[in-house]
Amino acid sequence: MSIEITMPALSPTMSEGRLSKWLISSGDTVSSGDVIAEIETDKATMEVEAADDGIVGELVIAEGTDNVAVGAVIAVLLEEEGEALPERSPAPDALAEAPAPDATAPAPAPAGLPAAPIARAVIGEPDWTGPTKTLTVREALRDAMAEEMRNDERVFVMGEEVAEYQGAYKVTQGLLEEFSDKRVIDTPITEHGFAGLGVGAAFGELRPVVEFMTFNFSMQAIDHIINSAAKTLYMSGGQMGCPIVFRGPNGAASRVAAQHSQCYASWYAHCPGLKVVSPWSAADAKGLLKAAIRDPNPVIFLENEVMYGQSFEVPDTDDWIVPIGKAKIVRPGTDVTISAFSIMVGKALEAAEKLAEQGISAEVIDLRTLRPLDTETLLTSVKKTGRLVSCEEGFPFAGIGAELSMKVMEGAFDYLDAPVMRVAGEDVPMPYAANLEALALPQVDTIVTAAQSACFRSKGV
Amino acid sequence: MATKSDTTKKAPGKRGRPPKSVLNDKPDIDQLRELYHQMVLIRRFEEKAGQLYGMGQIGGFCHLYIGQEAVVVGMQSVAETQDSVVTSYRDHGHMLACGMDAGGVMAELTGRKDGYSRGKGGSMHMFSREKNFYGGHGIVAAQVPIGAGLAFAHKFKGDDGVNMAYLGDGAANQGQVYETFNMAALWSLPVIFVIENNQYGMGTSVSRAAAGLDLADRGKAYGIPGKQVDGMDVLAVRAAGEEALAHCRSGKGPYILEMKTYRYRGHSMSDPAKYRTRDEVDAMRKQHDPIEQLRDIMLREGMDEAALKEIDSSVKAVVGQAADFALESPEPDLSELYTDILIEDQPAG
Repeated sequence: MSIEITMPALSPTMSEGRLSKWLISSGDTVSSGDVIAEIETDKATMEVEAADDGIVGELVIAEGTDNVAVGAVIAVLLEEEGEALPERSPAPDALAEAPAPDATAPAPAPAGLPAAPIARAVIGEPDWTGPTKTLTVREALRDAMAEEMRNDERVFVMGEEVAEYQGAYKVTQGLLEEFSDKRVIDTPITEHGFAGLGVGAAFGELRPVVEFMTFNFSMQAIDHIINSAAKTLYMSGGQMGCPIVFRGPNGAASRVAAQHSQCYASWYAHCPGLKVVSPWSAADAKGLLKAAIRDPNPVIFLENEVMYGQSFEVPDTDDWIVPIGKAKIVRPGTDVTISAFSIMVGKALEAAEKLAEQGISAEVIDLRTLRPLDTETLLTSVKKTGRLVSCEEGFPFAGIGAELSMKVMEGAFDYLDAPVMRVAGEDVPMPYAANLEALALPQVDTIVTAAQSACFRSKGV
Repeated sequence: MATKSDTTKKAPGKRGRPPKSVLNDKPDIDQLRELYHQMVLIRRFEEKAGQLYGMGQIGGFCHLYIGQEAVVVGMQSVAETQDSVVTSYRDHGHMLACGMDAGGVMAELTGRKDGYSRGKGGSMHMFSREKNFYGGHGIVAAQVPIGAGLAFAHKFKGDDGVNMAYLGDGAANQGQVYETFNMAALWSLPVIFVIENNQYGMGTSVSRAAAGLDLADRGKAYGIPGKQVDGMDVLAVRAAGEEALAHCRSGKGPYILEMKTYRYRGHSMSDPAKYRTRDEVDAMRKQHDPIEQLRDIMLREGMDEAALKEIDSSVKAVVGQAADFALESPEPDLSELYTDILIEDQPAG
């Protein structure tokens, strides 16, 4: 009997990785617990241990291979010496499709996981004609912080595991080495305390970038975000600005259940005194984070863990700033407007592609900033198409979609040809089970159905 | 009215002098006069605020500092100009002790356009960057991590400043205080946590709210030195303040001062004060009043009654003018509703 060793997942959102090194060779005897290989993702390098005893029959994937899909067979163990290798047809799925220059191809998802969204920049940066380079969202965020720290010595980064560990999600990789522990500060696990301390430092004329390991933990700190950071300018009659950025991953990751899978967009967008940004592409992540760090106001910067590893073309310059408060039309269309932000933009673009096959021309707007909302771009589009489908991952009740619907009522009611449609997460705490999780999250087909309904091509959703 | 910098210029323990040898030195008669002046100013200001509240000229919450004057006056008398202050909602005394203008504070209490926050903050939310006074915070204990953040900025910038974060005995039970103690000790931040133990968190006495050690010892687990001080004795406060400031300024990290003090009035204006007896309050006023105690010392030092009366009447005039100013100042323009929400005039980039 032979035993197949498969590519392990190192994190809830990992779909592929690099097999960087084999520590065994054919014929070696291994015992359960032996380190047999090193695997690398853009977040981490990890050792793989054998789970069974046996003799190495075959190393199926050569060391140094990139984009090995999670679940692919990487080696075969034999129980006894001299045992014949099982017959296996070469696995076509073992290698994930290599990334195209302008996109990250979706990796074959492990069974049960929702497919990774297609990150495809349909429209590039209209204001940029210079050279670009391919960066992941993670690298773009890191570059934004590093560039702003070089520009302004008041800027510092603090949070859990941001320094020596290089970031829980590796977003702050390399910052400690360049800027020292004076400006890249590991905090204890104490969100309420360090959020308040960051606000005090901002009052003291520094420029803190406070990382929450995830925005789920910002609920511990929300008093300082709202009461101390957002309201003080007003309460001081304009004397006390609070130039601070609170950033970190927001929304559902994958299979981490209710307490770690929530979208805070509508929570923070509700509050005057804050700016709330939630980018999708790496170019926007970089340009908006730089703008957020330079902004004299408190900015909530909502990232997405699933997006960190996705690659985009980013203008190759240290001076790439995307203004806060401007939405972007990422795909022009005429029949229906689809609004989205963060990870939902990728899903909206996929939906638009499917709709195009059915003869429906969808215009996709990446809101990018939720507060202040670019109402003008939204209304201009809705006046053209007469229809709006709002997409978000958060709960539907009192969500961003509810606000967009109201904005359209106030500003484009007479132009509407159909009721505004809302695509959102289900109104339930996020379940753990893979099938229930997939059901709770809005999928591409949900958007397609909503758009069809808005265009009277199907019965209501 | 004397400003904070006037006071500190006369104070011993300034940089450049050997701090140890002057610790606990008796202040000279001019310094005593200034301490007296500051405490009387706060007392009369707060009495006037109470009156205006009763007349309906001040709304909302209004927490008076009467009885506790020695704490902030003693501490601020030994502070340097680069030091910063942050406190809770019982903040009028702190603002005056930091040198903020009595008229501007009173006009904020009456909700007028000449108030420090242009009428948009009120009693609990006032600030003065010019005087390094960073509020005025309405959420119990929120000022504590903010104070540590200001201390972080002092250290980061290397400006030799120390933050004084004032909190009450009630706030001392908030979790974020201990999160802050931990970080302040870990990073050796120059911050003095001044716990003003007035013995009641609203209507709950310390013994009913705080388990364990004295509040001065609440930093023990973090290695933060703490000291209990007679907060009704401005000279004791002053001496303790000098010691704590020297500790922080020399890079040794945070310090805790527990000031045993007492508020004569209710928690806020609407407090029926059923949780303590009239006798208890009267005994404190008669035996421990900070102003009367200092007055006795000054008379013993040879100052005559007339000189003290002169201070009393000049303060009365200042407070009277502040009240007139606060009542004459117009309400904020209606357009103020929509200003100061965001800083808009600095485009990104």
